[in-house]
Formats: sequence, C-alpha cells, structure tokens
Amino acid sequence: MTLIDLANPSRFLALTARVLPWLAGATVILLAIGLYQSALAPDDYQQGATVKIMFIHVPNAWLSMFVWGVMSIASLGTLVWRHPLADVAAKAAAPIGAAFTFLALLTGSLWGRPMWGTYWEWDARLTSVLILFLMYLGLMALWRAVDDPSRAARAAAVLTLVGAINLPIIKFSVEWWNTLHQPASVMRMGGSTLDKSFLIPLLVMAIAFTLLFVTLHLAAMRNEILRRRVRSLQMMQASRVAFPSAGSRRDNASNEVGAA
Amino acid sequence: MMTSLGPYASFIVTSYAAVALVVVVLIGWIMLDYRSQTERLRELERSGVTRRSGRGAADRS
Repeated sequence: MTLIDLANPSRFLALTARVLPWLAGATVILLAIGLYQSALAPDDYQQGATVKIMFIHVPNAWLSMFVWGVMSIASLGTLVWRHPLADVAAKAAAPIGAAFTFLALLTGSLWGRPMWGTYWEWDARLTSVLILFLMYLGLMALWRAVDDPSRAARAAAVLTLVGAINLPIIKFSVEWWNTLHQPASVMRMGGSTLDKSFLIPLLVMAIAFTLLFVTLHLAAMRNEILRRRVRSLQMMQASRVAFPSAGSRRDNASNEVGAA
Repeated sequence: MMTSLGPYASFIVTSYAAVALVVVVLIGWIMLDYRSQTERLRELERSGVTRRSGRGAADRS
C-alpha cells in the first residue's frame, strides 16, 4: 500500500482496523518491560531514587516536540501537496501532543522541587516548553473556532509551521542560555553520558511512548474521518429537508474528506 | 515499596500516577469518541442518508 492509496479515507480506515490491535499490543508489552526496567534501575549517586522520574519525564518531553514535528510535516501536506488526510493528521495529533507536553511540564516540576528546590523557574527551557503547550492549546481552539474544516486546516497549518520555530529554541535553549535545566545527556555530539543502567530503560520507555503516540494518533485520525463523514451526512440530510429535489447540493455536501 | 524510594517517594509516585491518569483519560476519550461517531453514523444511515459511494447505481442516475 502506497502513500497515495492512503489518501483514500476508506482505505485508511481499513488499514487502521488491521494495524491498531497489533500496535496497541506492542505498546502494552514495551511499556510493561520499560516500567519493570525503570523499577529495577539503581539510584543515582546524586539524585537518589528521584532519577526514576527521568524515565517518564524525558519520553514525554521528546514526544512534546516530536508531535509538533509530525504536525508540521502534516501542515506541509495540507499547504503544498493538499493531501486529503494531512489536516486530519494534524488536527488529531494536537490534543495528544498537548497531553504529552503537559506531562513533561508536570513531571519536570515534580522532579525539580526535590532537585532544584523549586517547582518552577522562568528559565529558557521551561519557558519555551510552556510556550509550546500554549501553542497546542491555541491550535485546538482555532480548530474549534472555525466551522469549515478546510479553512481551519489552512490557518492551523500556517500557525503550526510558524510555531515550529520554537522546536530548535527548546532543543538548544540549554546551550544558548544559562538555565537551571541540565544540558542534553542522550542526544548529543560525542554520545550519551548516561550509564547503561539508566540509558536502556530510558530508551525502552521512549520507544514505548512513541508507539503509544502512533497508536493513539491513528485511532484519533480514524475518529476525525468518521466525524467528517457524520458532518457531511448531516449536511446532506439538512439539504434534503430544505431542498427536496436538490440532488446537486447533496453531492456537494459529500465532497469532504471522509465522505467518499 | 515507598520506603525504598527514599525521602522523595511522594514526588516519584505522584509523577507516575499523573502520567498513568492522563494516558488513561486520553485512551478513554478516544474510545468514547469512536463509539459516539460510529453510533451517529449508524443513526444517519438508518434514517436513509447514505454516502455517495454507498448509494446504488439506480439512486445515482
């Protein structure tokens, strides 16, 4: 099956029906392995047992940026290639990305209190991630504010691409400015500085959370296609009531994504 | 279990509990949304409104 085949919402729905149970199963297994390894990981010589927060904080922080990256690619798909599923993908990813970003902020704050002596500091890393969270909420509000999905899609795509400027700012904030947040210790030139006893559970949890995102995203995309199908059928029903003989209006209403 | 997590056990347990709660809410919301959309779709199709691709050739002509 090629990318062009997936442009057909019905084929996409058939694919998700086949793939979702496998993805969900793989996610549960990897999460169980990751949590088991995290529980067995030794205490850090400086941080003690609070290092265990890293195994959930870091995957959520990575995903907060990864999801915006996925939405940025989808936005290019909306604006440049006009792929029928691109704005469906972007819209479906936003609440999931917002949830991961919220968790990154919350777990970071709960890790910061015992380690830094404060829940919050207005430094570059924390502030730029908070801005990312607010941008997710703004996008979700924009999708809700505009009735016509195609108009909302174009506005949201532009906003998403502009917001992507924040991603390198988040990534390099710990190098460009003096921050309370530690510098990168996994994705850095010269390799990871983490010991294997921490690195392996962290990578397993990162893969598990990424699989969780893929699973939830496909399921949310399926819901969005169904929602648009419902909307187009409601428009057809309304036009039948208002104009009983207007067959052309009925067909126009079914031209949206999900109606085919 | 709590004692093995040291003096900051409450921060660690709260972090894991918050992640579990948000993930469960996210999964629940997506599952409920799916059920709601399929139910609405079924109701519309039961009332005689069908998609263009779902209509017969006779209906189209």
